[in-house]
Amino acid sequence: MGKHRINKTYKEINEKIKSGKAVVVTAEEIIDIVKENGAVEAANNVDVVTTGTFAPMCSSGAFLNIGQTKPLIRTTSTLFNNVPAYSGLAAVDCFLGATQPCEDDPLNKIYPGEFNYGGGHVIQDLVAGKKVTLKAKAYATDDYPKTRLEKTIVLNDLSQAILCNPRNAYQNYNCAINMSDKIKYSYMGILKPEMGNANYSTSAQLSPLLNDPYLKTIGLGTRIFLGGAMGYVTWNGTQHKKDVDRSSIGVPLTPSATLFVMGDLKEMSPKWLVGQSFKGYGCSLSVGLGVPIPILNEEMAQYTAVSDDELFTQIIDYGDGYGQGNFKSYGQVSYGELKSGTIMVNGKKVQTVPLSSIVKAREIADKLKQWILKKGFLLGEPQHFF
Amino acid sequence: MYSKILILHFPPVITQKPIVYYLTKNFDLLFNILHARVSSEKAGYMVLEISGTKDNFNKGIKFLKNHDIKITSAEHEILRDDEQCTHCGACTAICPTEALSIKRPEMEVIYDKKKCSVCELCILACPTRIMKLSSKNTENIFK
Repeated sequence: MGKHRINKTYKEINEKIKSGKAVVVTAEEIIDIVKENGAVEAANNVDVVTTGTFAPMCSSGAFLNIGQTKPLIRTTSTLFNNVPAYSGLAAVDCFLGATQPCEDDPLNKIYPGEFNYGGGHVIQDLVAGKKVTLKAKAYATDDYPKTRLEKTIVLNDLSQAILCNPRNAYQNYNCAINMSDKIKYSYMGILKPEMGNANYSTSAQLSPLLNDPYLKTIGLGTRIFLGGAMGYVTWNGTQHKKDVDRSSIGVPLTPSATLFVMGDLKEMSPKWLVGQSFKGYGCSLSVGLGVPIPILNEEMAQYTAVSDDELFTQIIDYGDGYGQGNFKSYGQVSYGELKSGTIMVNGKKVQTVPLSSIVKAREIADKLKQWILKKGFLLGEPQHFF
Repeated sequence: MYSKILILHFPPVITQKPIVYYLTKNFDLLFNILHARVSSEKAGYMVLEISGTKDNFNKGIKFLKNHDIKITSAEHEILRDDEQCTHCGACTAICPTEALSIKRPEMEVIYDKKKCSVCELCILACPTRIMKLSSKNTENIFK
């Protein structure tokens, strides 16, 4: 307090939301507002900036409790449409991971594999209300005598279904090229040889963590848009990093912060949780995620006003380099350049390919804005910062 | 001269009849049998290149349809399930003809079927798997 000219609290902003007086804009709309009026005036007028991202987020999954049967069972193996879920938990709990392929998938035995169905697809089928075949096995104990279970279920048959993603919303990510002479199949999509294309994955100026580069307003308890429903930030994500190189305005130049997020799968929608199949790589889940950023002061207004041209990432070789743990940068590019369709790498003009949907990211930021304005979606005040 | 390659599916009851002979006799059409097969259930399958005047071609097709022969086009096309498209852009990495491209600044993925060469690369490049190979719509064959 004191060092800013505008000072607002979460409580004050929530009061304004409740009385329908809050001013909410998206992370794209705030850019011109700050440009025209300055950060102080913008912070005075705007209360919340909404962000959004929709992209494959491999470190995603769901805790599912399949409910007890008579006689009781203590599952040691659980399959959903033949996709195994980790069952080394109590009785009928399991964790279904997004990248888990189905049991009879030939994987990359016939290279490049197709990976048509995995954990991410089961999650999408469940939220779409589709019937899913459940098979479970167990060894018999005195208290849990049943050893086998097979039935068809829908999402609502499960006692609990909690989306629990240990690493989402990566703050910045590599731009992938392939400098080898062979085509490469990766989680960054298909990479043609000799720098045939440059793939990147971010919603840049709409991206949640690029709009709050030091996570000054995002922490445990931040209420978010997750998979089409309300969810929460519950911890920092795995591989979360703060000590990284930053631009002059404080934004990381390499992959850095991440979020651990949770929400009730039963409230979510197949539009915002979409099973993905990456040829030659594996299965995944595209997750729709949006974070509202409270404009507590002019500093936050300035952070959220960041545009594609002021956000940078590194070009990394996924041909031979990445797999060998060599993350050498072949240049720094702005998201403005990447979005233009071509970039220059080592004097060669290279086609750029996005993997993160800007169309969907924009829709999420808009939806979150409407939730705050019309449904009284209140900001969650962080109880702990990362 | 009008010419098209068509796939004819004969129901078992008429597989034994010399239907295609009438294409020449009644409609002055040339036909070239590219492939023919009779299944164990006696259903017939035949790939024919049929040539003649447009008028006679249409009459011949009508004749075949009146005999309950199902006709599909041998030509294929790639269709996109527009509703399921997430507009990620992954497909644009491999599309050789720019039938799949990005509209800027909106960043929407556009599919221009007219530019598609049916190379099929997009089918597995699409992570959401919404690009499908399908037999060309036969509606316009019968106009």
